[in-house]
Amino acid sequence: MKSLEELKAIRDRMQNKVVLREGAAEKRIVVGMATCGIAAGARPVLNTFVEEIANRGLTGSVEVSQTGCIGMCRFEPIVEVFEGDQRVTYVHVNPAKAKEIVEKHIVGGEPIVDYTIGAAEK
Amino acid sequence: MKELSLNILDIAQNSIHAEASLVKIILTETDETLKLEIMDDGKGMSEDFLARVTDPFSTTRTTRKVGMGLPLLQLAAEQTGGSMTITSRERALHPEDHGTEVTALFYKNHLDFTPLGDVISTVVSLVQGSPDVDFLYVHELPDRTVELDTRDIREVLGDIPLSAPDVLVWIRETLIEQYGTGE
Repeated sequence: MKSLEELKAIRDRMQNKVVLREGAAEKRIVVGMATCGIAAGARPVLNTFVEEIANRGLTGSVEVSQTGCIGMCRFEPIVEVFEGDQRVTYVHVNPAKAKEIVEKHIVGGEPIVDYTIGAAEK
Repeated sequence: MKELSLNILDIAQNSIHAEASLVKIILTETDETLKLEIMDDGKGMSEDFLARVTDPFSTTRTTRKVGMGLPLLQLAAEQTGGSMTITSRERALHPEDHGTEVTALFYKNHLDFTPLGDVISTVVSLVQGSPDVDFLYVHELPDRTVELDTRDIREVLGDIPLSAPDVLVWIRETLIEQYGTGE
């Protein structure tokens, strides 16, 4: 196994940080990871969000989580972004769109209307 | 599914839904065959449920958590000339020793064999989504064995969640290093 020393270093580094309470994040990105989502390409989408959030140092304020099938399988991969009372549902997401969602919506504060379910249903 | 590792991700989610505390994913590979075993200590299934679990049409209404996942894995195995079997011990009847075991055998040289694909991303996705569940991942290749046990990682980390980004990066790099592919 890769050195456990490195893992200990990660632990020591993180113990100095304030541990985020669950549900304390300002924004939540939820990726559909049921059979339908996985088959449609949700895994690289999930990993793109995880990496982008980590690389941009947003770990404390943005939470990335997974959910099951929400009954709209033909729109998968589906990603929902929650912020306060607001929910934006993105459909047919791929890694490139995921990067764009982080940049424009999560960081920039402007949802990308073209990628939402509202636009897809028109 | 385009990759077997996506089936693995999907089937392992069933174990998580079944409240497993430990999910073992064991791949055993020879030059000709690939055996996949997914074993959990979750709540298991009744015999009645087990009998219907691979039929997507008669089960969709009562078995939402299982749905198409097992039929897809079964198809992926059978189209190579292999097979899939499931055994399960229900928690209600076996309080001390319960869980489910899915075993699938694939013939790798068959035209319809689906490649394993990015199994490292599958492991990372599972840990990210269920940081409180333990995973034992073992991939026995003809010339080496790749292994990751989150119980060992948890012991080092203490209260730090396994889903912390730095930890996920460490897990990914550990597996890349063991596979020696450089991805």
